[in-house]
Amino acid sequence: MLKYILHRIALLIPTLVGITICAFAFVRLLPGDPILAMAGEHGVAPARYEELKEQFGYNLPIWQQYARYVGEVVTGDFGVSISSKRPVMEEFKILFPATMELSFFAMIFAMVLGIPAGIFAAVKRGSWFDQSLMGTALVGYSMPIFWWGLLLIIFFSGYLGWTPVSGRIGLQFFFKPITGFMTIDTLLYGKWDAFRSALSHLVLPAIVLGTIPLAVIARQTRSAMLEVLGEDYVRTARAKGLSPSRVIGLHALRNALIPVVTTIGLQVGTLLAGAILTETIFAWPGIGKWMVDSIFKRDYVVVQSGLLLIALIVMAVNLIVDVLYAVINPRIRAS
Amino acid sequence: MSQSTEIAPMAAGNPDRLTGFRTFWHYFSVNRGAVIGLFVFILLVLAALFAPLLAPYAPDIQDKTAFLRPPAWQAGGSAQYLLGTDPVGRDILSRLLYGARFSLLIGAVVVTLALTGGITLGLLAGYFRGWVDVAIMRVMDLILAFPSLLLALVLVTILGPGLFNAMLAIALVLQPHFARLVRAAVMAEKSREYVVAAKVAGAGHIRLMLRTILPNCLGPLIVQGTLSFSNAILEAAALGFLGLGAQPPTPEWGTMLASAREFILRAWWVVTFPGLAILITVLAINLIGDGLRDALDPKLRRS
Repeated sequence: MLKYILHRIALLIPTLVGITICAFAFVRLLPGDPILAMAGEHGVAPARYEELKEQFGYNLPIWQQYARYVGEVVTGDFGVSISSKRPVMEEFKILFPATMELSFFAMIFAMVLGIPAGIFAAVKRGSWFDQSLMGTALVGYSMPIFWWGLLLIIFFSGYLGWTPVSGRIGLQFFFKPITGFMTIDTLLYGKWDAFRSALSHLVLPAIVLGTIPLAVIARQTRSAMLEVLGEDYVRTARAKGLSPSRVIGLHALRNALIPVVTTIGLQVGTLLAGAILTETIFAWPGIGKWMVDSIFKRDYVVVQSGLLLIALIVMAVNLIVDVLYAVINPRIRAS
Repeated sequence: MSQSTEIAPMAAGNPDRLTGFRTFWHYFSVNRGAVIGLFVFILLVLAALFAPLLAPYAPDIQDKTAFLRPPAWQAGGSAQYLLGTDPVGRDILSRLLYGARFSLLIGAVVVTLALTGGITLGLLAGYFRGWVDVAIMRVMDLILAFPSLLLALVLVTILGPGLFNAMLAIALVLQPHFARLVRAAVMAEKSREYVVAAKVAGAGHIRLMLRTILPNCLGPLIVQGTLSFSNAILEAAALGFLGLGAQPPTPEWGTMLASAREFILRAWWVVTFPGLAILITVLAINLIGDGLRDALDPKLRRS
């Protein structure tokens, strides 16, 4: 097992190098002088310009600049945000839990609805439920989620007045984060009204972000289940006289879930891309909104590091999924 | 493909093209959704082509007496503006009709670029293997390591906002899927007897790649192309929505949504219709994609 994990990690090294090259190249590919680009419209005094050039190492040959950049990244130095003047890593640590919390609840939403729906559709193949579910899943899959978010705001916030329009929690609540998850922190502090506020802020963004994964998971569960239901061991289990619920719940489901787990893991990239849009719509203070804001603020230090960090997260999650997959399915390990 | 080659690529002897199409249509039309999707898509193409004839107004003409007029069926609306007007008094219906041109253009251009790039790279990688393969596929892996929208955002930041740059960025982001597909297909086909036969008959590398092997990889490519078409429309709309795609006053649907955002609680129609247009278009294309997969991919064909 350890050998397998090490092998997987070794395979990632070229991509890892590639990601740092991309992030490194990003600032240098921006049109015009990188320092002037970072300084924005206000420009920069000549003395300060030289100082910055020295500071960022732009006077060095390109390969030395790259080596220097990798050195910084490896030691966890991601630079200082131009607009907020705070270390990028510090901002990331505050904002990342918000994206995590949103993605986590989006995924829960998608799984809790998607897996049972997919199973049921497969068992009742061809029924009106199956057909309408697959139709709905295709609509969900085709959904421009930025529009979906606006629609939900119009209906639930505007028309019904049930949920707030933006943010993570009511402005009257303020406390020091423990886990960074608002829903957990408020409970740890035992503040029920704050918890309710956090939850009501979370519901719509989580639904919006979970919509495409929901559609994908429902479709994937259905097709995995259909495949498994045709297998010999399921027929044997039926022939032995096991109850349908036992056949489906125990024999079929376990095997059908293997590809579903992979699908769920592969949704992480989708989630992070979706978070860019969802967080922008709901003013959710996470890394997606941070990236978009930074692009508009021309805070390219943040964009560069955000790009790197997000790619690393996606890579790490994919690695975990691969390893988990090998744990569930011994055939993978062998090959 | 216009060749009825001396080395017949398909197993079924000399595939009469009409019979080929009949088989295809037989499998395609079994899927009712796909036929509906195709029908909607044809309507969209017609709407885009004849937008100047169909649209009651020019897309950028502003009626200063009719800001945020609701649609005809709602109190305060009139038949003058069927789907209402936007915050500066432009007819939403007309803008949507013209917007269909942009969305279809985006889909077509992006898929063409991504297909060309992906086929070239995939053929080279799968045919020559070795370091060419490693170099190309490593770069493809790298592109896929980033969430697509994020990479597109960053590329547009480098290239500058605008519709054309957005299309370039999206094409680059979608292209690895084609390269992987072609590479896998080429590797599977390369050792088949008909390829060896063509090689023995003296066909050169280019001929082997383009005329012998490529036509046999077309099925999955068409399916992927369809899916990419809808993806491209969605991503371009998302970029437009974030303000980095088509720029106002272009009647691109995502851009229309962006400028309507601040009015969502006051005027639901400014937000609802452009998004609905995106959804319908993308859904229609995805329905066609499902049907094409049933018809073109024998492995997934419903038994």
